[in-house]
Amino acid sequence: MYQIDCPHCGPRAQSEFTFDRPVEAIVPPDAAAADALQALYTRTNPMGVDDEVWRHTYGCRAWLVLTRDRVSHAIDAVRALGPEALS
Amino acid sequence: MSRYSALGLLRGAFNGQKHWQPAWRDPEPRKSYDVIVIGGGGHGLATAYYLASVHGVRNVAVLEKGWIGGGNTGRNTTLVRSNYRQPQLHNLFEFGLKLWHGLSDELNYNVMFSPRGAMFLGHSDADMAKLAELGDAMRCDGIDADLLTRDQVEKVEPLLDFSRNARFPIEGAVIQWRAGTARHDAVAWGYARAADALGVDIIQKCEVTGFVRDGDAVIGVETTRGRILAARTGICVAGHSGHVAGLAGLRLPIESQTLQAVVTEGVKPMVQSVIMSNSLHCYISQSDKGGVVMGGDPDNWPSYARRGQPTVVEHAIAQAIGLMPALSRLRMLRTWSGVTDMSFDGAPIIGPTPIDNLFLNGGWCYGGFKATPASGWTYAHTLATGTPHALNAPFSLERFMTGATIDETGVGPMPNHR
Ligand SMILES: [Zn+2]
Repeated sequence: MYQIDCPHCGPRAQSEFTFDRPVEAIVPPDAAAADALQALYTRTNPMGVDDEVWRHTYGCRAWLVLTRDRVSHAIDAVRALGPEALS
Repeated sequence: MSRYSALGLLRGAFNGQKHWQPAWRDPEPRKSYDVIVIGGGGHGLATAYYLASVHGVRNVAVLEKGWIGGGNTGRNTTLVRSNYRQPQLHNLFEFGLKLWHGLSDELNYNVMFSPRGAMFLGHSDADMAKLAELGDAMRCDGIDADLLTRDQVEKVEPLLDFSRNARFPIEGAVIQWRAGTARHDAVAWGYARAADALGVDIIQKCEVTGFVRDGDAVIGVETTRGRILAARTGICVAGHSGHVAGLAGLRLPIESQTLQAVVTEGVKPMVQSVIMSNSLHCYISQSDKGGVVMGGDPDNWPSYARRGQPTVVEHAIAQAIGLMPALSRLRMLRTWSGVTDMSFDGAPIIGPTPIDNLFLNGGWCYGGFKATPASGWTYAHTLATGTPHALNAPFSLERFMTGATIDETGVGPMPNHR
């Protein structure tokens, strides 16, 4: 994966982007302490496809959700981060 | 097992060296074992060896998906040291360093351990204060550390850039003289041969595909070579811990990331010690074949692909050349990468899991090779007795839930920022 198709900017080099965390590690503001701990400190870490939060840090700085294969590096989808991206 | 010796080599010279035997057997898996170790890397093989040699547990199988030593044991930069600030870390690694110093004799196999010294460079007054504190913390626990002035560093490594307009000015260093490098493959082969001689079955091309359960407890594994039962099962597959533990339904504080390294063509000795810098993110050493080995940060995003971005390698090389400009004249021979278990405090996990009879050794981040003897020794203790040794007790899986993390860099649960 050396190119990521930003929904705002189009295809850009991967070095413009930074990985933040898998979607499962987003902690809702009203999460119970035990759930927050699980979300922060444990991962499914699949040897396969996962949904991940990335940022176009050295571009438009927007937050994105990538559906990405961690073995082949193929990107199935790039979406702007928002309520419908997570559902 | 026939003992390797100079005399044996000489005797072999008279019959064309035809006396050599395979260094370990290639057995069929038995139906059951006292202990199964999943993963035939250095750590798994060391675990099996110490189970047999220290604890007398010889009914042991090491299951390896590919060939032994073909994972991260064959992909690291072979550095061996114990210069950590946190007592839990430096005590564990120092225990290992002491084992390294006698390892070739103990295994009757030359692991080519070369204690040539490992230094952290300081580039500013703040760096030097931090390095002095690191050295003091080590010496408080009886570990060697010497603070070097700029002139003293220049005596050890004259090719570093000491000019006043250097890209990364060098103010001094802290050096651990007993640290150094070893021959990575020989470590796996030496432990394999010694464990095999004590009765351990090393079973290659045998991938674990699931766990056999009796109620909550794990009583064995399903493999590509059939079901194998065991009283205790130890996962020892750093890089793929998340995947294998996931087969038992466990979620770990681990993210798998790619770590890359580079080696140049072989040249005459130009790097005397192991040069590291915490302010930068690169490390430089020279192999016994003459290649200059360099490495840097992980790629900082999850991957199991053993394939990294060229930009990350370029960054590490640029920093190495900034430190030692002569390196720019060398041709790059190859780059490679391995999959590392990035744990959420940067420290390993060695201990029981919430599942009965299932144990975990993983989370070694980018620093597992140096720990091979200590990891095997403490994991063998844990698997033989069911409880951790004092050295690995702090490295429990629960620490992430209780807040007792061992965070050398103080980053918190952000493996991609480590
Ligand atoms: Zn963009």
